[in-house]
Amino acid sequence: MERDDLIVNDSYSINARHNEEDGRKIRKKLYAVTLLLTAITLVEVFMGVFFKRNGTFTWETIKLGFIVLTLVKAAYIVLVFMHLGDERRNLKYVILLPYALFIMYLIFIGLYEGLSVQELNNSFR
Amino acid sequence: MAGHAQPIGKEDLWSGGKSPFSISYGKMMMWYFLVSDALTFGGLLTAYGVIRHGSADPWPVGEQVFEALPLLHGSYPLMYVALMTFILIISSVTMVLAVEAGHRLDKKGVVKWLGYTILGGFFFLGSQAWEWSHFIHGSGGGFQLGQPVTVSAAADDGSTIEMTLPAGAWVHMESEFGHAYEHALEHEAEILPAAAGQDAHGHDAHAEDHVMVPASEMVPEALVINKYTLVHQDGKDLRKLKATGEDARKLWEAMEPNTVVFGANLHKNEYAVQQQYANFFFFVTGFHGFHVFSGVLINIIVWLMAIRGVFERRGHYEMIEKIGLYWHFVDLVWVFVFTFFYLI
Repeated sequence: MERDDLIVNDSYSINARHNEEDGRKIRKKLYAVTLLLTAITLVEVFMGVFFKRNGTFTWETIKLGFIVLTLVKAAYIVLVFMHLGDERRNLKYVILLPYALFIMYLIFIGLYEGLSVQELNNSFR
Repeated sequence: MAGHAQPIGKEDLWSGGKSPFSISYGKMMMWYFLVSDALTFGGLLTAYGVIRHGSADPWPVGEQVFEALPLLHGSYPLMYVALMTFILIISSVTMVLAVEAGHRLDKKGVVKWLGYTILGGFFFLGSQAWEWSHFIHGSGGGFQLGQPVTVSAAADDGSTIEMTLPAGAWVHMESEFGHAYEHALEHEAEILPAAAGQDAHGHDAHAEDHVMVPASEMVPEALVINKYTLVHQDGKDLRKLKATGEDARKLWEAMEPNTVVFGANLHKNEYAVQQQYANFFFFVTGFHGFHVFSGVLINIIVWLMAIRGVFERRGHYEMIEKIGLYWHFVDLVWVFVFTFFYLI
């Protein structure tokens, strides 16, 4: 059956092919990323178990570290596993920029409103 | 490799008749769907952060709530969720290997790796079912105090701490006693006639129920203070303080009976004063679990199509890429849920 939603063009990923040789290289990269993601998860778990959650500078730094490590993991998943790193630059921006913009706004407004609610709660305590 | 960009002039690219992004309509729409779905999860996690940030009572600590492993006793903080995370990452890897096999038009490879991905998905769903079941049943239950009590309790390092708990403070039972007490409360109605000697049918109920101690006569040997939460005092972490003997009896007698709770449901939970804690757990991990479930279903359908040679006839395996995007997205969301629910 002919599909009218596809325009076949050589530059489409639909026709992206590679041979056995390229495949070996790609798989090597994938295994390296797998090891990295597993290592990061293990480091996170051990940091979570061993460090005391005592509100000191150390724990606050570790919390920040968790967020940074999570973003690193997310970047590897999106760019390598989801192949966004191999796509055209304009597609990368179309996907990532609006999302980054909206989510940063959401976090900002969440923290701002959350602090305000906390203040109200405290003043009526 | 997917979407290998080939040099095309800008005028050529945007002059119509072809995708300026060099990807097909289906993949483009999958990306747009994932962006909108990511906003949903982003909204849920942000809401979680706001509620937790504004909460007046201490929030439960992940490593104290999630420390059980199936079939094993003892404390293994975060090990089970770490295993779940690992399973999902590995199933993401097998999925990307299926995509790679598809680019080589290797039908056998696609079927094999997609099969492993489906298996990983089932393992994750099973783990989540166990996790939910454990969360709902709880590990011992707890109650609130009806009046202030002064007790001394032992900390992890063996030191004894004298403390006055205010009315409304949470105290938890140890799992073995808690489960026995829950059982006794559930069967209270059956024991009551026994106390009178004979039940309605004139049988000697005592003979049948002699093993059961009525809930009202049970007294714990030990109770736990700050079982799931953490309070800092004089540079010390006060958690899992154990009150034994006379101290446990004092706490037990100060119990406000209608506050006893075992595990968690949509109205109350033993882990936190805040019901939002359980509600967010159920909603966010449940919503994610539903994504995994539908992902497994889609994977199975596409797997069967691959086995039947549909993609071979079509001449390309782009469908594997599309469902791969969805499956990786599910993994991506779990990475964030893992950080914000369990680690921080």
